[in-house]
Amino acid sequence: MAFKIIVCAKQVPDTNVIKTDPKTGTLIRDGVPSILNPDDANALEEALKIKDKHPDTYITVVSMGPPQATDLLMECLAMGADEGILISDRAVGGSDTWATSNTLEAAIRKIGDYDMIFAGRQAIDGDTAQVGPQIAEKLGLPQVTYVEEFEIADNLKDITVKRQLEDGYEIIKVQTPCMLTCIKELNTPRYMSMSGIFSAKDKTVKIWNAKDIEVDLTKVGLEASPTNVFRSFTPAPKGKGVVLEGDTEKDVAKQLLANLKSKHVI
Amino acid sequence: MAIQVLKDKCVGCGACVSACPFSAISMVDGKASIGTACTACGVCVSKCPVSAIEKTEDENGPVDLSAYKNIWVFAEQRDGKLMSVALELIGEGHRLSREISDETKVYAVLVGDGIANLADECYEYGADGVILIEDPLLKNFTTDGYTKVIYDAIQEYKPEIVLYGATHIGRDLAPRIAARCNTGLTADCTRLDIKVSSYIEFAKANTTLDTSTLDPNDPSTGIKQTRPAFGGNLMATIICPRTRPQMSTVRPGVMSKREPVAGAKGELITYKPQITAADIRTTIVEIVKSAKEMVSLTDADIICSGGRGVGGPEGFKLIQEFADKVGGVVGSSRACVDNGWIDHSHQVGQTGTTVKPKIYFACGISGAIQHLAGMQNSDIIVAINKDPDAPIFEVADYGIVGDLFKVIPEIMAEWDNVEA
Repeated sequence: MAFKIIVCAKQVPDTNVIKTDPKTGTLIRDGVPSILNPDDANALEEALKIKDKHPDTYITVVSMGPPQATDLLMECLAMGADEGILISDRAVGGSDTWATSNTLEAAIRKIGDYDMIFAGRQAIDGDTAQVGPQIAEKLGLPQVTYVEEFEIADNLKDITVKRQLEDGYEIIKVQTPCMLTCIKELNTPRYMSMSGIFSAKDKTVKIWNAKDIEVDLTKVGLEASPTNVFRSFTPAPKGKGVVLEGDTEKDVAKQLLANLKSKHVI
Repeated sequence: MAIQVLKDKCVGCGACVSACPFSAISMVDGKASIGTACTACGVCVSKCPVSAIEKTEDENGPVDLSAYKNIWVFAEQRDGKLMSVALELIGEGHRLSREISDETKVYAVLVGDGIANLADECYEYGADGVILIEDPLLKNFTTDGYTKVIYDAIQEYKPEIVLYGATHIGRDLAPRIAARCNTGLTADCTRLDIKVSSYIEFAKANTTLDTSTLDPNDPSTGIKQTRPAFGGNLMATIICPRTRPQMSTVRPGVMSKREPVAGAKGELITYKPQITAADIRTTIVEIVKSAKEMVSLTDADIICSGGRGVGGPEGFKLIQEFADKVGGVVGSSRACVDNGWIDHSHQVGQTGTTVKPKIYFACGISGAIQHLAGMQNSDIIVAINKDPDAPIFEVADYGIVGDLFKVIPEIMAEWDNVEA
């Protein structure tokens, strides 16, 4: 009886390379690559580590997004996951975290048989960290978030994790089935291997629509979402300051300190 | 709530396609077409040169919103001490409650065991009342335990708004409670408003938002929650028009505490929780305070921050000497943390700590938007960078174009002269 793990993953624009056009205030998206959300890569890696130790482990990566997100699932398969499922449907577009978690809950119920779920703590495009806990709530699972160390006993039942806190950490015990959300301190995600890329071709990425997952259509998508975007805008740049110039570094340092002194900040 | 393209007006210029932060717009037969990734954020509406894109707003739904009253603040305590963000949120809750109406009150929700003594501190910082939920099973935070008792209390008292600190605990707890209440939750807010007039004031002073479409006399008392998205590249203001309570997690260090009033008193509500050991499915083995020295970036008057330009872990030695000299603490950009040059606890920015010191020295930091999001409210920003085009100079009050390894020692040398 295989140990079955579900990993929740999202394809995101690499926000580290997004810049805003200083004149128009709009985002410059040209050339911004789509990537596997970093925390989700840590989630998948931890699942793969279980599989390394217990080969009879079956990893299903589930994602929600546009059809292009199949690329992401192929990448996960090449890293070593067994199956990829993409929920893609116009009906679930524009969902907030509540509606997104309803969609993923339905998909996971459709998958049915699982022992545990790994998700990334948060996605770098929205930074909410809400979807993992909200899926857990809807599936009635216990959760541990901000997981920075993970250990599972050989009975594949008893889990011990180190949960990050701002001022330290806590050690928590929990049993499967459960939801764990992962942070980058947990591990270093592996790269796709050559053999992984070849064997990924034999694995499948399923694409499911809203009908396939039998989700209540009044609970998904933009219209059903309890939160709405009221306005959005780019932050205003602060007024430009002065560039201090001088012949030597010493000159400039003197000018700086004279300025700071005159402002009474030192 | 939806975005519509008026096909007869659309000239197919594509301005909306490049403006859309979600890549949701494409050109179909020479006209803009809104795809499934649309979140109705409305960026395209203002970018369309021929006003061919419209946003339609919804009216309120069927939930009886008027049954919900008052603002709750989750007064997070650890080890019997209130978190600083709890006091910040009591202050913010106080301000917002008065914007809603004279009768609206702010309550601090205290959950734990043997923590009744914390109520006075809540009153002193502005809470009108305290909802005290105590049980030995609630001594330490557990997701299951705290979710259950706070959810039960919400069902009984029906608050209009619930605020949580966006801490590692608040961000674990709030989504769980919001999902159980089937209501909306907005993450990591940096600005909250009730009155449209105060939102307009905020927007005019701090943003590029066109406020001409907002009515300052709008009587709505729904909360407007502003937060960074896309790594701080975009700000979004989120509303929760149809469900209650409205919920937000709020970034620590952003809201202001009220001046405490010694001896202030308020209404104490003792809520008897229904909780058993079987409700809690996780076991805390131990809670460890980090042995490594806590970097208190949020309290620092001076921060000396290093970026990629310091070149490596040894570069931070100079930054540390600089900080020691000026009585500051060491900060860092994300790049240095990701490279393993310095510990994460030093990181300033979107995914690190938000700071507002009196002086922020940005040394060899280019100024990625994520970093700026965490430090641009500093009183004075001094940027030292080799690249005159680095974005950090856009926000700096004083810029020095030069080699930080030459400039910093000179500042350190001059520092003594000024002090003397």
